[in-house]
Amino acid sequence: MANSYYDPADLRKFGNITEWSEELGTKFFEYYGKVFEEGALSAREKSLIALAVAHIVKCPYCIDAYTQDGLQRGITKEEMMEAVHAGAAIESGASLVHAVQMMNKHDKLSM
Amino acid sequence: MATKSLKARQEVLADVNKQLNILENGIFADGELPYFRDKIAETGNFPLRPQKLEILQINVGYMCNQVCEHCHVDAGPDRKEIMTRETMEQCLKVIRKTGAHTLDLTGGAPEMNPDFRWFVEEAAKAGIQDFIVRSNLTIIRANKKYHDLPQFFKKHNIHVVSSMPHYTRGKTDKQRGDGVFDKSIKALQELNAVGYGQPDGNLKLDLVYNPSGAFLPGDQAALEQDFKKALMEDFGIAFHNLFTITNLPISRFLDYLIASENYEDYMYALVDAFNPTAVSNVMCTNTLSVSWDGWLYDCDFNQMLGLKNASPVKHIKEYQEEVLQNRNIVISQHCYGCTAGAGSSCQGTVA
Repeated sequence: MANSYYDPADLRKFGNITEWSEELGTKFFEYYGKVFEEGALSAREKSLIALAVAHIVKCPYCIDAYTQDGLQRGITKEEMMEAVHAGAAIESGASLVHAVQMMNKHDKLSM
Repeated sequence: MATKSLKARQEVLADVNKQLNILENGIFADGELPYFRDKIAETGNFPLRPQKLEILQINVGYMCNQVCEHCHVDAGPDRKEIMTRETMEQCLKVIRKTGAHTLDLTGGAPEMNPDFRWFVEEAAKAGIQDFIVRSNLTIIRANKKYHDLPQFFKKHNIHVVSSMPHYTRGKTDKQRGDGVFDKSIKALQELNAVGYGQPDGNLKLDLVYNPSGAFLPGDQAALEQDFKKALMEDFGIAFHNLFTITNLPISRFLDYLIASENYEDYMYALVDAFNPTAVSNVMCTNTLSVSWDGWLYDCDFNQMLGLKNASPVKHIKEYQEEVLQNRNIVISQHCYGCTAGAGSSCQGTVA
């Protein structure tokens, strides 16, 4: 048992989750694989979306995986950083749009 | 970025025995990852045996005008191993009688061999079907005496295969050295200008993509599309095919993997991506590699590791195709590089 919550070597063991629940694990990985195939969006575009989301859900495994995936696809570091900013902008916007609620409440309570 | 070979810098890994020691021990000896021979035995491919000989690949010397970080040859301006005309004559005898349809000249920068043009002219007379020269592109711009190489290649209907790690300057120069991208672009434009790489043309120009770091190449067709679009839009450059080649963990790339603490993860990535379908088509099954001094190897990588072929015919001067065809191919853990994902060879993917 590792002494920290995250161990980079655990990423390689991701597939092992199927061992304790074969049906759900298998269905999940089938779905996961299907999602990232070429479709209406290219696999390259989906890789950048995954990288942005990885940062927003703050998953270190996903960040490692999709940085590497991006490199393999020839995605540049500028493209990667812009994708992360797109995610971060939505995340901060999600906080800031709540400020309207604050303003509404403030005005309602104030004379 | 280093400006000298591992050999000139007297680095530990300039010694091939040290490299083989790393590949045979560590995570493989302690059972963490399976040996390549055990892995291919699972699908009945051990010992690995040649099929029909198709490609004769001749390394005419390790001298190069570049010192690329990932180079499996450990090539550079300081390397003095150069094929002599005497060895070339021995090669020509073989070229005239071989059943192989492709002759593949590599290096180093093959053009830096002083007898390169003579050799090409003589070999072209043998009427080989596909005559490849692996050019690093910048050599064409390196010195005035090389400026007419595009015309020379055209005259002998040479199929030019050139390295180009990315369609952006940053990634290219990081792997291959400052200024390499601009010179490569200029060289590609010159090759295009004499008729190379045109969609319906006969003068074949292919590009080779090696990942610039500790990761595997992505999908060859997708990368080819990206390269074609970017090089055409940005520089008006056309080419035929893109070959993706996986970096094998030997020589300077192995040195990089160890120094950057990526070795174990990279070997895991190669083993995880093992593709049994690629095994039956790996290039050592249809290629023979000849070193600058005439020794015969299963591939250019084994040549760099000093692993001579296992048949009784060791040297080009005693060449007997039928004896060579009856050999077992020499393998070690670097071979996982050719069987990962869609596979990898000097002609790109194999599966």
